[in-house]
This record gives sequence, C-alpha cells and structure tokens, in this order.
Amino acid sequence: MIHGEQALLLALLAVPALGAALVALIPATRDRQARIVATVFAAMTFLLSLAPLAYQGDMPRRWDQYTSGLEPWIDLDLPWVPALGLEFHLGVDGVSAPLIALTGLLTLLCCAYTIRKVPSGGAGRTLAALLLVLEVGVLGTFLALDLVLFFLFFEVVLLPMYAVIAGWGGPRRRAAARKFVLYTLAGSVLLLLGVLIVVARAGTGDLVDLTGSVQLTATTQQAVFALLAVAFAVKAPLWPLHTWLPDAHTEAPTVGSVILAGVLLKMGTYGLIRVGVGVAPLGAAWAAPALGILAVIAIVAGALICLRQTELKRLIAYSSVGHMGFVLLGIATLSITGIQAALVGNIAHGLITGLLFFLAGTIKDHTGTGSLNQLSGLRETAPRLAGLFGFAAVASLGLPGLAGFWGEAFAVVAAVQRGGPLWITLASIAAVGGALTAAYFLRLLRLLTHGPATPETHAMPPALSRTEWLAWTPLVLLTIAVGIVPALVLQGTFESLTTLLGARR
Amino acid sequence: MSADVPGLLLPAVPLLAGLIGLLLPPGDGDGARRRLAAGIGVAGAGVALVLAVLAGIAPMTGADAVGNGIDLATFGSLTVGLTPFVDAAAAYVAVAVALVALFVQIYSIAYLHDDPRYAPYAAQVSLFTGAMLLVVTSGDLIVMLIGWEVMGACSYLLIGHDRRLPEAPAAAVKAFLVTRVGDVGFLLGLAVLIAGADSTRLATVLTHDYSTTALTAALLLILAGVAGKSAQFPLHTWLPDAMAGPTPISALIHAATMVAAGVYVVFRLYPLYQQSPAALATLAVMAAITILIGALSATAQDDLKRVLAWSTVSQIGYMTGALAVGSPAAALFHLLTHAAFKALLFLAAGAVIHAVGTNLLSRMGGLRTHMPVTFWSFVIGLGALAGLPPLSGFWSKENVLTAAAHATEGGETAPAWAAWLVWLAALLSVGITAWYATRLLLRAFFGASRADGPPLTDGPPSAGGLDDARLHSPSWQVGFDDAGYHRPAEPHDPPALMRWPLILLAIPAALLGLAAFAPGFRTALELENPHLGVAVALPMLLLATGAGTAFWLWWAVPGADPATALGRARPFLAAGFRLDDVQHRFVVRPVQALARYVTAADTHIVDAAVMGTGAGTSRAGDALKEAHRLPLPAAAVAVCAAALLLGAIAWWGAVA
Repeated sequence: MIHGEQALLLALLAVPALGAALVALIPATRDRQARIVATVFAAMTFLLSLAPLAYQGDMPRRWDQYTSGLEPWIDLDLPWVPALGLEFHLGVDGVSAPLIALTGLLTLLCCAYTIRKVPSGGAGRTLAALLLVLEVGVLGTFLALDLVLFFLFFEVVLLPMYAVIAGWGGPRRRAAARKFVLYTLAGSVLLLLGVLIVVARAGTGDLVDLTGSVQLTATTQQAVFALLAVAFAVKAPLWPLHTWLPDAHTEAPTVGSVILAGVLLKMGTYGLIRVGVGVAPLGAAWAAPALGILAVIAIVAGALICLRQTELKRLIAYSSVGHMGFVLLGIATLSITGIQAALVGNIAHGLITGLLFFLAGTIKDHTGTGSLNQLSGLRETAPRLAGLFGFAAVASLGLPGLAGFWGEAFAVVAAVQRGGPLWITLASIAAVGGALTAAYFLRLLRLLTHGPATPETHAMPPALSRTEWLAWTPLVLLTIAVGIVPALVLQGTFESLTTLLGARR
Repeated sequence: MSADVPGLLLPAVPLLAGLIGLLLPPGDGDGARRRLAAGIGVAGAGVALVLAVLAGIAPMTGADAVGNGIDLATFGSLTVGLTPFVDAAAAYVAVAVALVALFVQIYSIAYLHDDPRYAPYAAQVSLFTGAMLLVVTSGDLIVMLIGWEVMGACSYLLIGHDRRLPEAPAAAVKAFLVTRVGDVGFLLGLAVLIAGADSTRLATVLTHDYSTTALTAALLLILAGVAGKSAQFPLHTWLPDAMAGPTPISALIHAATMVAAGVYVVFRLYPLYQQSPAALATLAVMAAITILIGALSATAQDDLKRVLAWSTVSQIGYMTGALAVGSPAAALFHLLTHAAFKALLFLAAGAVIHAVGTNLLSRMGGLRTHMPVTFWSFVIGLGALAGLPPLSGFWSKENVLTAAAHATEGGETAPAWAAWLVWLAALLSVGITAWYATRLLLRAFFGASRADGPPLTDGPPSAGGLDDARLHSPSWQVGFDDAGYHRPAEPHDPPALMRWPLILLAIPAALLGLAAFAPGFRTALELENPHLGVAVALPMLLLATGAGTAFWLWWAVPGADPATALGRARPFLAAGFRLDDVQHRFVVRPVQALARYVTAADTHIVDAAVMGTGAGTSRAGDALKEAHRLPLPAAAVAVCAAALLLGAIAWWGAVA
C-alpha cells in the first residue's frame, strides 16, 4: 500500500508527465492556452518538489548508528521486473531534495517565460511539452534509488534536450545538437557498462543496499568508478570532456540554456556523489587525486578561455566549466565539508547561471547579436537589465554574501582541510582561478555595460517586461537568500552525507 | 541562545538601508524620490553611528565582547555564524566608520545634487559602510571575509559611478581586480587557519596552537589580502587610479573603510602575528617600502586628489609599520586620527573641485580669500597629515615612531633590522610629507589664481598613464567635473550640506590626538602614555626642513611649482615609480598570453580530438560503405576470399 508521502514521489513524476501528454494533445490553434496549461502543471510540480524538504530526517545520530549508507527521508519501493531484479525504487534525502526543488523552480520559470516568448523554430506548446518531459527525466534521475532506473531516467533527458536545441536553436543548431547528443550518448554507454558491472557483481541494483558497497571488491570498485566518473564527467562537464557544452549553449534557445546549465549539468555531479562515491567508495578514494587535478584544470582553463571569449553565451557556457570545476573539487575531497560545498555550489550555479542565461537570451533576442564587439553601453540604454546583469555576474564570480561564494570558498577550505602537498596546491590554484573568474566577469561587464551605447544596444527596451520580472525575481531573491543563509540548501545534507561517507570508514 | 542584537544590528542597519535603496526605481524622478534615497542613506549611517557610540561608551573586554550570534550554515564540522565581536577597539573603529559614512552621505546630497544616478549611489555607500562594519564587528572569519569582499564590489561600483569619465570603468575594474588578487591569499590564509583550528570562530582561532609552518604560511597569505585592501606595496597600484570615483567616495575609501580594513584585520589577528617573526618582518619591509613610495609619489602629482591618494598609501604604511614593530595600539590610533583628517582633506578637496571645476593644482592658486572654511579645513587636515603639533596626526605618528625606535633595540617579535627599516622610512617620510603638504597648500590657496592662466607652464604636470589620457583630450582639460558642476564665476565656499561636515570633521582632525591623554581611551587601546622627550626633536626638525624647503622653492620663483625642483625624477615619481608598467608587463600580459594559448589548445587540441573522432568515424563508415559497392567481379573475389578465410579459421579451430 502506498502512503501519502510515497504518493508524493509518484506524483512528482506523474504530474509533469501528464502535463506533457496533455499539452501535446492540445491543437495548434490553442497554442497559447497550451503553454498556460504547461505552466500550471509546472507550478503544481514545483509545489510538489518543495514538499520533500519538509520530510527531512529525525534527530542527528552518530554515523555508526545508521543501518545503511543511504537512508531516504521518503522511500517508495515497488517491484517492476522481478525476473531481472529490477525495482521501481524512488526516494529523497538531503542530497537530492535541494536539487529536486531547483528543478521544479527552473522548469516553472522556463514554462512561464515561454508563455510570452516563444523562440522561433517551432510551436510553443511543443517546446513547453518538451520542457515537462525533460523535467520528468531530471526528477526521475534525482529520485531513482535503483541503478537501472537511474540509468533509464538519465537517458530520458537526452532526446528532449536534443529536440529543444535542434528545433528552437540558433543558426548552427543542428551541428550543436548532434554534438551534444552523440557526446553524451558516448558517456551513457560507459554509464550503462558501469551500472551493469555493479548489478552483475553485486546481484542487486538497489542503491540503498549498494551504498557503502561491501559487496564489491576494491578492483571492481575502481573499474566501476572509472567508468561512471567518465560518464558523469561528460555530463557535468569536467575538463577535458566539456567541448560539447559551449556549442550547445550558444545555439540553444534561452529556456534550453537555462535548463541545460541549471539542471542538466547537475545530473552529472549528483550522479558522481550518489552513484560514484556511494557505490564505489574505494574507487572514489582511489581516483580522488586525479579528479581533483582535473577539476582544478577545469577551473583555471575555463577562466582563461573566458578571458578570450567574444560571444556572450559562449562565455557564460565556459564559465560553467569553471564553476563545475569547483563543484567537482569539492566532491573530490571526499569530505563532508567538500561535498556540502559541492551541493551548495550546484544550487548556486543553477540559480546564477540560469539567471545569466535568461539575461543573455534577452539581450540576444533584442539586439540580434551576442558578439561583445557589438554590444556596449548597456547601462545607458537598459539600466535595469544592466544592473541585473551586473548582479548576476558579481554573484557568479563568487562574491561573498551571494550564493556563489559558499561552494567555491568551502571547496578551497575542504581541500586545505584535506591537507598534504597535493591538496594544498590544488586549493591554491583553485583560489587563483577564483581571481581569474573575477577578471573575466569584470572584463565582460566593462565590455557590455560600460562605454558608449552601440546601435545594437539602442534596440534594447529601457524597461523590463512583466514576464521578465516574473521569471527573474525568484532567481535574484534566492541568490541573495542562499548567499546569506546557505543553511537553506544545507539543512539535512549533513545527515545524508555522514551516512554516505561514514560507510567508507 | 539569544542573539546579541546591537552587535548584529550595527552592520545590518546600513546593509539593509543599502539593499532597500537599490530597490528604488532608477532615474532621478522628482525631488521626493531623491529625498527618500538621501533619507535612507543618512538614516542608515546615523543609526549605525548611534549603535557604535553606544558600544563605545561602555566597551566590553575579553570574552564578554563575543556576543551570541545566528548560525548561517554548517559545513562538516565548521559552523559559520554571525557572531558579533565588539570590544573597545572594534567600537572605536566602528564609530569612525559610521561617522565618516554619515558625513559622506550628507555631503553627497549636495555634491551629487544633479546626478540622475544619485539613488543607487547612496545605496552603494550604505552597503559599503555596512560591509566595513561587518568586518569590524565580526567574530567569525568567514563572515569577516564576506564584508571584506562586499567592500571590494562596492568600491568597484562606486569608482565606476561617473559615466562621463573615460577612465572610470578601467579604474573600477583595477580596484576590484587588484584587491581580488590579494584576496586569493586572504582566502587561502583563512582556510589554513580555519582548517587548523577546525573552527571559523575568531576567538577559537586566536587561541589555537598552530605549528610554526602553518601559522607563518597562513599569516603571510593573509598579508597578501591586506596588501590588496590596504593598498600596500606591491598591490597599492589601484588606489591612485581609484580617484576616478566621486570625491566623497575617495573620502570613504581612504578614511574609514576599505584601506583601513587590512590594518584592522591584522590588528584583530595580532595575537597570531605576534608569534611569527617572519610575518612581521615581511610586514615591516612592505610597510617601509610603502611609506616611501607613497610619500615620494605624492610630491610629484599635479592632481589634488592624487596627492591625497598617495599620501594615504604612505600613511597606511605607517599603520602597518606600527603593527610590524609590535605596537598594534599605535596602528589603531593612527588609523583613527587618519580617518578624521583624511576624510576632512578629501571632503575639502571636493569643495575645491566644486569651486574651481578642476583637480589640477596648476589651475588653482589664490583660493584662500574666496574659500576661508575650505582653506582652514585644509590647514588643519594637512597639518595633521604632516604631523604638526598639537594636531591629531602629530600624536599618532609620534606613537608609531616611538614604537619603531623602541623596537630597534630588539626584544620585540619583529627582528631589529626590520624595526630600523620602519623607523628610518617613517622618519624620512615625515620630512617628505611636510614638503608635499606645504606644496599643496601653497599651490592651491596662495599666490595668484591660475584658473585662466597659460596652460600648464611648469613642465609636465604628471606622467601617469591616466593623466596623460585626460590631459590629451581637450574635454578633460578642466579636470573631473565629477558632479557636473559648471565652474562658478568666483570660487566660493560650498553650500551648507557640504560645509558642515567639513567643520565638524575638523574638530576630531585637530583634537583627536589629545585623546591619547584620556585614560579610558588609552587603556582601552592599550596605548602607551604619551611622552614628549628629546625623541620628538628629530621628526620636528625634519618636518620643519620639509615644509621650509617647499616654502622656499615656492617663494623664490613666484608662480612656479616647487615640484619642478624634482627635475627629471618628476615623471617617474608622478607615475608612482612606474609600478603600473611593471604590473602590466609581469602579470597582465603573461595572463593574457596564457589565456590565448589555453583557448587555442581548447579549440585545436581538446575539441579537435572530439571532432576528429566524429569525422574519423564518418570516414570509416564511408570506407566500409564503399567496400560494399564493389563491382561484381571484385565482390565475388572478396566473397570467395572471406569464405576461404572462414574455412581456414574453422579448420584451425578444429585442429587446435
């Protein structure tokens, strides 16, 4: 029998799926209504996505008092294909709950944004339906507690995203979409291989049983972690597996970029924490130095490349590489501090980069160009937008007091805490990367907002529309709120991470 | 656990005022909207001042000073919390910050009276003030870091405020970026301290027993951040350029916030610094170089504000020098007197610029009779700056010199040679300071007016990169014009809203030094008893020599700039020892080159590998496809060959 709270998990997947089906069935003449319906469904999903936050764990316990490495706050375990040992196992804990809420929020904002602004290329209702399908896949990934189920949801996301880029994207959208789908598909093959090895060796795909993995030998764990890490590194993306990202972002429509940066990339880092570290802790410990080194290279390389970019969305895309580098550095430390930094960094990046892509999309829509050579003097023609862009940029460069700070600062603190020459060096280089991040964002602001206004920037409307306010205000407010009280995200993660890492000891 | 409300409110009120102010609609709107923005700004600073004064009247000591706070987040075993730490020193600095901020807010109402972006400006000043107060009152290192960096961002916004100044955006970026480079070290240093003590609480960190290596590394790293924020060599280069900001902002940055933050943080962490001779020796070298570079560069400037800016660099050097030689009390005392007289000087400079429509000393002269209030403000301010008894600067500088002289005898943590370095630099700089202060006063207020005189007769006024740009474009010949004033027919004292802050600031600038005689203040700061021995004679002699030389040079050749006596060294000094060029060549350009290489590598190696894999796969597919389109005879041969091959394998398999 399914309890109320378990029904919540099912509803989280069923509501957007139902919405997508319904929206797709609405005839073309009712396009606008269809988009409104999609927004209503997204709003309902958003409310549902907040609910798990209320179910967080009981009183803190010592890590050795936990029975398993993974204790979901809500747990739903249904048999699915018993012959294959497949279960329909869903659950929420501190690691996934903030990401679920973020997904609900960003999908809602994107659907609402689509009511007014449909990018050219296809019907608005199809785009809205695809956004809901994407949401099903992403939520499913964050909810799944069965490895095979996790893999399935991980893959569900791929094709709708391909369609969004290829259908509503910029002039070079086909190539970008193809690169995105082939690259991530290549990663998925490795993921499947890793998942199958685990299931074959351990005899179960249930993450609750597998976390802290006592069933797997050290060698198996190393092999599994290597496979999974590459798969998730493509998604995150981690240098040097990142080159699909700039193309996809540059060509994707605004809402596509927002979802891609805000939510899809998080599947990679989430997978690394939940599946990588959870199922193959010995493998994670073995690979941690390599992961840390790559993460730091990503931070520095991303920042240096941003210093040379002249295309607005491409620059933001590369900035994501750097930010995800900080997240991965946090994970690589394999400490509670570090992974908490990664979790808050995940959320912060979703909020801030989501906002940046919204703003960049608006600029590109109005001026018809993303070239920084043609855009300047934005604060003369569109002071509010310039102000918001300045806010988002300053948040993105990790200004303390705003959301981006905690993830980056504490990734560095965690690396220092880990100690030893390697990690101290990594922390130092990462901190230098922080300064480079400031350099490229200040360069961007100087090019974009200062100076005399160009003809292109004169095309900007001086005020913001209501839709824009509606879509952006929540992101701004949350960036400030998480910046001041990161406990909003971290509440409850300590428990979940203590069990996750405690199993390793 | 109840929170310590006043300690939390002290930074929170101006921060909130700033956030509310930023929400006001853009544009000037009507007078009402302006008044609202001004009201919020003034109220924020005013409430902070009252809270700071209340905290200062009955200062708490030791463990009592650590208030209960609000936890913000828990990262592993580290709990970050808004924990106030308001002891006497924090309260005094907070009073100085809030007082200067209040005067700056009031002054700005008149100074920016026709600026359409006044509302965000006032809000940013409030944020700036709140951030500094957060640094001052925080008992948590991470929260301190928050205030520390928010200040950097606010300085960026405020320095870049004036959209008509072509150099403003560059100066703003430079201020943020140079301090941010220092902050790399600051963050790492804090991380080492936090990781060692396993706590972010200041009180825990200060009492933790670190290993020598970790401690020295952490303290040196933190010094990098201090050098950035407090404009110490080699990260001082942003400060003179920051003059592109509106003049009240210069007062705010130079007097009480930002540059004071670095000194204050070292003061706060002094129990740790005291254990590390290496860190203190480094600080001493940094301070000595900074004192001299600042003072010498100030001698050659033609821009009134740049003279003051370089003097700040030099004076902050005195503070870090005092810290290095083991007298944090002297450093804090000089910080407080400097806050008073430097705020006075900058606000008075704003009045001058407002009156004559230019920053350039070569365009001033003879202002004394027209602007008596401003003139006397300058006399008091420059006198205090030079260390003229009995003005405030005399007492605090004397304290620094005494501490340095004392430390040369050894017995302090810092090595004696470091103390000698600080002492000599500080002593020499007394003379130089007197020289440029006298020059400034004479050039601006005495002699004949050069407002309409021949342009810039006495040699190149300045060779700084920014000045060049300004001088070469005709529209900037008349200077900053930074609040959009038209030059009045007759220079006159500023309106009441600008005049009263001057008059009120003149009081502490003149008299604050006597506070050293107030027992309560002295014990709270742990300041030594003021004693005027023979040791005072030497600096006084240098002061008289410096001032006398400047006067003689000015008097001997009427209308000439005493700085012409610098001869060929002048452009070099005016450009601040060309350290900007050094920085450009050794930091900026290598980073740019590296960025070029990395970007090229990303395209031509990393991405090319990916695309190559794709293209290779396609080509392999094409080749196979072609293989399936062979003409019939060739295909028949291929099929037979394959059949043979399979047969051979089968046979081999059967045999084996």
